[in-house]
Amino acid sequence: MINAVGLHRVYRLRGREVAALRGVDLRVRRGEIYGVVGQSGAGKSTLLRCVNLLERPDRGEVRVDGRNLTELSPTQLRAARRGIGMIHQHFALLSSRTVAGNVAFPLEIAGVPRAERRRRVAELLDLVGLADKAAAHPAQLSGGQKQRVGIARALAPRRKVLLSDEATSALDPATTAAILDLLRDLNRELGLTILLVTHEMDVVKRVCDSVAIMERGSFAEAGRTLDLLRTPGSLLARSLFAPPPDPGPGAVTLTWVDKAGEPLVSQLTRLFDVDVGMVAGALEEVAGHPVGRLTVRIAGERRAEALAHLADNGVLVEEVP
Amino acid sequence: MTGWLDALVERWPDMGPVLWLGTLDTLYMVAWATLVTAALGLPLGVLLVCTDRGGLTPAPAVRALLGAVVNVGRSLPFIVLMVAVLSLTRLLTGTTLGPTAAIVPLSIGAIPFYARLVETALREVGRDVVEAAQAMGARRTVIVAKVLLPEALPGLIAGLVMTVVTLISYSAMAGAIGGGGLGDIAIRYGYQRFDEYYLWATVVLLVLVVQAVQSTGDLLVRRVSHR
Repeated sequence: MINAVGLHRVYRLRGREVAALRGVDLRVRRGEIYGVVGQSGAGKSTLLRCVNLLERPDRGEVRVDGRNLTELSPTQLRAARRGIGMIHQHFALLSSRTVAGNVAFPLEIAGVPRAERRRRVAELLDLVGLADKAAAHPAQLSGGQKQRVGIARALAPRRKVLLSDEATSALDPATTAAILDLLRDLNRELGLTILLVTHEMDVVKRVCDSVAIMERGSFAEAGRTLDLLRTPGSLLARSLFAPPPDPGPGAVTLTWVDKAGEPLVSQLTRLFDVDVGMVAGALEEVAGHPVGRLTVRIAGERRAEALAHLADNGVLVEEVP
Repeated sequence: MTGWLDALVERWPDMGPVLWLGTLDTLYMVAWATLVTAALGLPLGVLLVCTDRGGLTPAPAVRALLGAVVNVGRSLPFIVLMVAVLSLTRLLTGTTLGPTAAIVPLSIGAIPFYARLVETALREVGRDVVEAAQAMGARRTVIVAKVLLPEALPGLIAGLVMTVVTLISYSAMAGAIGGGGLGDIAIRYGYQRFDEYYLWATVVLLVLVVQAVQSTGDLLVRRVSHR
């Protein structure tokens, strides 16, 4: 759905050059939620803004739904942008308009007739649970409500793609969860493709089907969330599950997906006569799947066999250096 | 103690009509100058913002030229400006005397003043709101008409109120070179004949007019502000 190849972007700040993007390839599949995560200054916002060309990359091309945006005329680009919704960290609502007026705004831009506008606005406010706030002004709303208006506005012209620029960063944890659930529902019900950038790992854990970890202008790691977790040396796994401070000699880290409740550890002690000592571990739900990551010390003569058994059963086994 | 009040009551039949006409002249000058100023200062302010670096249509040369023109207008003391534009005033109104003639220098003095206030008000509109509109595929004219101006409306009105108050003070100066109005009365009767009754009456009337303008303006700003 979104296909960006070889994106480069350099800013010039007081004579100094800062590379915000250095050769980023981004591929977002139709109907998935793709998260780009990284610290501030990693270039994730620049990347997002390159997707609808609010920011023009110095090099590289951007395709959304098969169209190469980088070679469109200004008029064509405006038309293309009407198919891409965007939500913002600080909501970017018009304070002079009511909630209904804000949601209607992109429809006005798209030239939708008044009667249909009104119908669509009511429908959208219902969808985001704000039907009773249609006549309120943004200043009267809470942060979570403002972001719901932002989402309704972003979806108004029946969009297929939604870009989210740190949409939950200004919200408290409970509101963040509610907004993420809403995005997840919209993704499922409307087949909406969502590209979101965030610095919160929690967002990735909760909703992202695919994820890219961005560091200093390029992707350090990218792929389907669960595949990454099953890959040795995964940065994502290390970010989602804090590594133990001092695991000691002979420790291994075990990572598994969708195996909650399977008697793996008890099998080890029974079949291979090894001792298993827990060092650290956690079970998390990632993108709707239970994922476990456990650091253990395994001792005994048949340690190697035990580890091989785990690997045969789909557990990722990594020796801790 | 009440001597001055008796004197005022006694003189009112003479003073009343003079002051009334003077007030009407002042309102007439200021009202027309305000219309002209709003009509020209608003677009000028919009241009200043749009042509600036990072604006909707960056044009450094145009921006530099407009900025220079505005600065020249802003740096001239009004009393000097009035004299400097006398020939233009004659060209436009056929005379250099009277309230109608005064509209010309008043407008010329106030346009750059208001343009700067418009510029400031428009800059207050968040960059993210403008960007959101761009991301929706809005054309530039739509962004100006439906984002910048409505979002800045409270500031635009507050700026216009400030401009009207400034125009009232300018209009009093216009009296000095025959512009008519309350300033004219203050100078002819109050200064040249040293008639304190006229002097203080014009002071009170000017204060009342300014107060009325300011209160109405504040009320309007509160009505349109939803922050």
